[in-house]
Amino acid sequence: MVKSNKISLFQGKKGNLIKISSISLEGVMRRRLLDLGFVPGAIVEVIKKSPLGDPIAFRVSQTTIALRKEESMKIEGELVNHD
Amino acid sequence: MNMKELYSEAQAISSPQLRDDIVQQLYSRSRELCDVGVSYTKTKADTRTEKLDAIFTSKIWGFPIMLTMLGVVFYLTIAGANIPSSMLAEFFGWLENYITSAFQFLHAPDWLHGILVLGLYRGSTWVISVMLPPMAIFFPTFALLENYGYLPRVAFNMDRLFKFVGAHGKQSLTMAMGFGCNAAAVMSSRIIESPRERMLAILTNNFVPCNGRWGTLIVLASLFMAASFTGGFKSLVTTGVIVGIVLFGIVVTFFVSWALSKTLLKGVPTHYTLELPPYRRPKFFDTVIRSSLTKSWTVLVRAVKVAAPAAILTWVFANIHIGDTSILLHAVGFLDPFGKMLGLDGYIMLAFILGLPANEIVLPILLMGYLSTGSLTEVDSLVDLKQIFLDHGWTWVTALNVMLFSLLHYPCGTTLVNIYKETKSKKWTFLAFLIPTVLAILVPFIVYQTAKLFGWV
Amino acid sequence: MINSYRIALAGNPNTGKSTLFNALTGLRQHTGNWAGKTVSLAEGTVKHKDKTYQIIDLPGTYSLFSNSVDEEVARNYIVFEKPDVTLVVLDATSLERNLNLALQVLEMTRNVIVCINLIDEAEKKGININERILTRKLGVPVVKISARNKIGFPMLLDTIDRLVSGTIECNPVQTTYSEEIEEKITTIESKIRSLVGNSISSRWLALRLLDGDEALLNEFNRRLVLNDQVRREA
Ligand SMILES: Nc1nc2c(ncn2[C@@H]2O[C@H](COP(=O)(O)OP(=O)(O)O)[C@@H](O)[C@H]2O)c(=O)[nH]1
Ligand SMILES: [Mg+2]
Repeated sequence: MVKSNKISLFQGKKGNLIKISSISLEGVMRRRLLDLGFVPGAIVEVIKKSPLGDPIAFRVSQTTIALRKEESMKIEGELVNHD
Repeated sequence: MNMKELYSEAQAISSPQLRDDIVQQLYSRSRELCDVGVSYTKTKADTRTEKLDAIFTSKIWGFPIMLTMLGVVFYLTIAGANIPSSMLAEFFGWLENYITSAFQFLHAPDWLHGILVLGLYRGSTWVISVMLPPMAIFFPTFALLENYGYLPRVAFNMDRLFKFVGAHGKQSLTMAMGFGCNAAAVMSSRIIESPRERMLAILTNNFVPCNGRWGTLIVLASLFMAASFTGGFKSLVTTGVIVGIVLFGIVVTFFVSWALSKTLLKGVPTHYTLELPPYRRPKFFDTVIRSSLTKSWTVLVRAVKVAAPAAILTWVFANIHIGDTSILLHAVGFLDPFGKMLGLDGYIMLAFILGLPANEIVLPILLMGYLSTGSLTEVDSLVDLKQIFLDHGWTWVTALNVMLFSLLHYPCGTTLVNIYKETKSKKWTFLAFLIPTVLAILVPFIVYQTAKLFGWV
Repeated sequence: MINSYRIALAGNPNTGKSTLFNALTGLRQHTGNWAGKTVSLAEGTVKHKDKTYQIIDLPGTYSLFSNSVDEEVARNYIVFEKPDVTLVVLDATSLERNLNLALQVLEMTRNVIVCINLIDEAEKKGININERILTRKLGVPVVKISARNKIGFPMLLDTIDRLVSGTIECNPVQTTYSEEIEEKITTIESKIRSLVGNSISSRWLALRLLDGDEALLNEFNRRLVLNDQVRREA
C-alpha cells in the first residue's frame, strides 16, 4: 500500500521519501532548484541534518544537495511511505 | 526586425510557467534515457559515503574532527618543514661564503657585493628556505583532503554559523583556498552566487593567513612562544599557537561579516545550495606531485620575483645616506613613534609597508633592516635570529603583535588587484584595504596597552 | 592552421573536466572534489594522429540558462565562439542530473560528443551504462572514460578525429516540449531564422527568448556592435 500526505522537505525525517508537488520560491533560487532536479514529480530522500541542525542534505536526481531551512520549508510534497 | 523586437514578441506570448515546464520536461527525458540506457547489477548500494558522512558531519564529532584536521595539517607542515628549512638555510649560507670569495677574487666593488649578495641573494634565499619546505608539505596534504571531498563537508557543518552572521556557508570553501593564496581565493569566491554574500567573502578572505604569511607566523611562534620546548613537542606548541592565530582570524571573519551585514551590506541571507559529492579516493601520486611541485614552484617563483627587487631596494635604502643617517633609518625614525604605540617599532612598520607587493618578503626586509644597523653580519641559525630580535628590544608581546598584525593587515598587492577585478569597484577595493588595516592597528594596540597595564612587559 | 581544432569541455561541476583536461594536455589545472573550483577558462593542446586540438576547460555549471556568470561564460563560448566539438563530460554515477545538461547542449550546437566519465566509480557501484543505446537516443557519439585512470582515451580521441574529419555526423536529438510551448516556438522560429540564418540554432534561440533570457539578448547586441565596429574598421 502507498499512503501519502503533504509535508515540506524541512519537516521530513531522515530516510523519508517525498514526491515534490510545489515549490513556493521565485527568482534565481527557484531556477537553481529546478536545475538541481527539485522539479515537481521528482522524488527526494531526506539524508541528514548538519551538526547544528541546519542545513539539511537531500538526495535528488542521484546527487546529494544541502538546503537551508528557509528554502526547504517552501518545497512541499507527498510523503511516500513504503509499508 | 531586430533581436530586441523579437524578444518583446516572444515575451508577449510567453508565460511565467515556461521555465518550469522546460526543466521538468528535460528531467523527465533524462529519466527516460536512464531507464533505457542504464541498468543496475548489484542490489546493495554503496554506503561508504553515507558511513563517512555519519562521522564527518556528526553532531558530536563533526566540529572536533574539523579542528583536528586543521591541527594535523599544520602540525605536519611545521614539524616536517623544520629540518629541510634549516638544511636549506645552511646550504645557502655555505654557498654564500664561496660567492663572497669569488667577489673578492674578482676585486668587485663593495657596493656590488652589497646589492647582489647581501641584498638580492640573502633576501631571496631566505624566502626559499623559509617558504619552500612548508609549502611543499602543505599543498599536497591539503590537495589530498580537497580531492577526497572533505571541503564541502566543512561548508555543510559551518553553514549555520555563517548564516548567523549573514554570510554564505560556501565562504568556508573560499577561506580554505585562502590558506594557499588569498589572491586566488578572491577569484574562487565566484562560487557564491549572490552578490552580497560574495562581497562578504571577498572582503574578509584576508583574515585567513596565506602561505606567504606562515613563514613569519611559524618562525615567530617557534622562537618566542615555543622557545622553552624541544624536539617534537616544540612543533606541537608551535602548531598550537598557529591554530590559535588561525582560529582568531576565523572569529574576526565572523565578526566583520556580521558587522558588515548589519551596516554596509545589509540584507537577508539569500539562497544557498551546496552539493555534497561522494568521497573519492584521489590518485595519490598524481595529486601530490601536481600540487607540491607545480604549485609550490609557481608560488615560489612569484615570491622570489618580488623578493629580489624588494631586497635590493632595502639594501640601497640602508646604504644611501642623507646627512649622517641612511634613508632607511630616516623612515624608521619617522614610523617608530607610531609603531611603539602598537608594541612594535619603526623597522617592523617599514617592513610591512615595503612588503605590500607580497607578504613573503616582510620578514626578510625586517631582518635586513635590523642587520644594517647592528654588528651582526650573518644569520646562521634561528638562535642568531632570535638574538637579533632581542637586541632590538623584542619581547613575547612584540612577537605576538607582529603575528597579529600579519594576520589582520591589508591584503597583498596581487590580492588587491584581484579584488578590484572581481568587484569592479574602487570603493570596495578601498574598503578591502581599510577594514583590515584598522583592525591590524586596533588589536595590537589593545594587546600592548593591556600588557603594559598589567605589567607583563 | 588547417589541422587545428577547438574542443570545449562542458558539464556539471565536479564531473572530472579538469582531470580530463590535465590528462589530455599534460597541464596542471586545479582539481578537487567540490563544485566550483575552476574559475577561469584554461587552454591547452593535445596532438592526435595528424591533428592538433586546442582544449578549453569551461567552468562547470548545473545548467546553461544564464542564472550565473559561470553559466553565461560557458554558454557564450559554446554558442558564439563555436568550438569545433563540444565535449559534454558527464558523471556516470549521477546520469539523471547530468543528462539534463547534455540535452541542453544538444539544443545549442551540432557537433557534440557525450563523454561519460567516472566509469570506474560506476562499475564499483554496479551501474551498467549501455552507450550504444544512448548514442542512438541522443544522436551524437557517446564514449565511456575514466579520466583519472586514463581509460577510454583512444576511443575518445578517435571519435573526435572522426567527427572533425566528417567521417561521422551528429544529429543531436531535440527535446520535445508540451504542445503549447511547441506552438510558441513555431510562431517565432522562422522570424529568428531570417534574422540569424544558420549561424545559431533558431529553435534554441526561440526557447531562450520565450524564457526571457535578457543576458543572452544583451550578449547578442554586444557582439553585433563589436562586429559592426570590426567591419567598419576593415
Ligand atoms: N574515481 C575517479 N575519480 C575521478 C575521475 N575523474 C575525476 N575524478 C575525481 O573527481 C573530482 C573532480 O574532478 P575535477 O577534474 O576537479 O572536476 P571538474 O569540476 O569537472 O573540473 C576530483 O576529486 C577527481 O580526482 C575518474 O575517472 N575516476
Ligand atoms: Mg574543473
